[in-house]
Amino acid sequence: MVKINKGRKRIMSVCLAALSVLYLMPIFIILINSFKSKLYISDAPFRLPDSQTFVGLENYTGGIDKTGFVSAFGWTMFITLFSVGVILVCTSMTAWYLARVRTRLTGILYYLFVFAMIVPFQMVMYTMSNMANMLYLDNPVGIIFIYLGFGSGLSVFMFTGFVKSIPSEIEEAALIDGCGPLQTFFGVVLPMLKPTVITVAILNTMWIWNDYLLPNLVIGNDYKTIPVAVQYLRGGYGSIDMGAMMAMLVLAIIPVIIFYLACQKYIIKGVAAGAVKG
Amino acid sequence: MQKSIKRYFPIFVLPTLAAFIVAFLAPFMMGIYLSFCKFTTIKDAEFTGLSNYVRMLQDKDFLNALVFTTVFTIVAVAAVNVFAFLLALALTRGIKGTNLFRTVFFMPNLIGGIVLGYIWQLIINGILLPYGVTITTDAKYGFWGLVVLMNWQLIGYMMIIYIAGIQNISTELMEAAKIDGASGLQILKKITIPLIMPAISICLFLTLTNCFKLFDQNLALTAGGPGKATTMLALDIRNTFYGRIGWEGVGQAKAVVFSVLVGVIALLQLYITKRKEVES
Repeated sequence: MVKINKGRKRIMSVCLAALSVLYLMPIFIILINSFKSKLYISDAPFRLPDSQTFVGLENYTGGIDKTGFVSAFGWTMFITLFSVGVILVCTSMTAWYLARVRTRLTGILYYLFVFAMIVPFQMVMYTMSNMANMLYLDNPVGIIFIYLGFGSGLSVFMFTGFVKSIPSEIEEAALIDGCGPLQTFFGVVLPMLKPTVITVAILNTMWIWNDYLLPNLVIGNDYKTIPVAVQYLRGGYGSIDMGAMMAMLVLAIIPVIIFYLACQKYIIKGVAAGAVKG
Repeated sequence: MQKSIKRYFPIFVLPTLAAFIVAFLAPFMMGIYLSFCKFTTIKDAEFTGLSNYVRMLQDKDFLNALVFTTVFTIVAVAAVNVFAFLLALALTRGIKGTNLFRTVFFMPNLIGGIVLGYIWQLIINGILLPYGVTITTDAKYGFWGLVVLMNWQLIGYMMIIYIAGIQNISTELMEAAKIDGASGLQILKKITIPLIMPAISICLFLTLTNCFKLFDQNLALTAGGPGKATTMLALDIRNTFYGRIGWEGVGQAKAVVFSVLVGVIALLQLYITKRKEVES
């Protein structure tokens, strides 16, 4: 690190503080507009609410009704939690197996998972949503299975990378001492994988919580997730109810910010670690 | 050890593999086949050879989206990486409040694309208000809107990766260069940048693929308007599938070409930047 003198440091500090305020501005603007009557949002988005334009929580109650936000929140939570849980357990097991059992089959499987990481969703969008429909996976439980399949590429890749970096002697000792493979994996291997578990969990949570197209195509008509509910406000060709939109944006951001502030340390570390391996 | 685990294939691998086949592998194979077919549902596919690809090349929407996506990707990738790198340099000098700044700059990255799109739609329309235009009046507003949006979202993410890279450079190397009388710019050019090539490589990869595959932000910010002027490839593919009856096969052909483009861009970029990486 290059040390610089105190005066310049102070100037940079002030500049960065100003930039931070600017950076947070968009969220602040959405927040103030969410308390304004919908008629005054598009016409004067940068003005604070006053006695004439302030409508209290009207946008929130109206928006929650219109979009079914409460159930959207519930389903998003349900799908994200269970998908991430299932992804963590299944792909870490798979990764350990692929790293430790070296046959031609495991080699091919590993490369297939790596390959799947680069392929864009549009490639399988149509066929996959049709298949989900035919196999009765077009419901909040079935979509967990889809997320496991579509998310397995990155997760298997990251877990395998980490497993390969740890020596197998400890596992061998456990196996020789009479532990079964399952016991060995959950008792010995998984605790060692903890840093990667955190990284994989965070990357998948960010992806699934915010995902729009996949849930929209697979379960969108019956079960809306938060992004689908927000997009739903745009509707067909009519104009958007800006009041409800602002309120829904705020409600969509709040859980993300709470999650961020609660696990900030892990998120920043996890993202940096994930990038280095990816 | 291999032997004792090997027969546990059904427990360790099969669940993931089954999901992988259903959600990715089978749809992927079917997708390739369907790109050579005429179909309205996956059950009535009729092999038609290359006709979908021919129709794709004659489709103005596709070519327009390809050009728009390419130009947008170049501009956005350059801007995001330059700003992220400068911020990373500023935040690795022990300035007061570094942690707070880092927290703030990273935060937008966690917000989903749809939500980001509507946030910026309001703000950009607000800025354009005095001029009597909106974001969908002209393609250039949508273009720069998307660039600003992607900067806001991705700068913090890339900054974190650059910071990790800069912090890995040994202090001794820096001190030695300083004692030898190297200027700040020389240190940057001869030490910092060559030594963080892995970080640059990753950041370029992430920004390139993220920008090229952009969908949610595009849909929410402009929905491709005015007309189809700001429609990017991913959105055009969705519109071809679900908005134009009789064009399903062309949509699938576009998706195949799109995947190949993403793959080629990603591999080419990794190949080029990996060659530039040095051992410290």
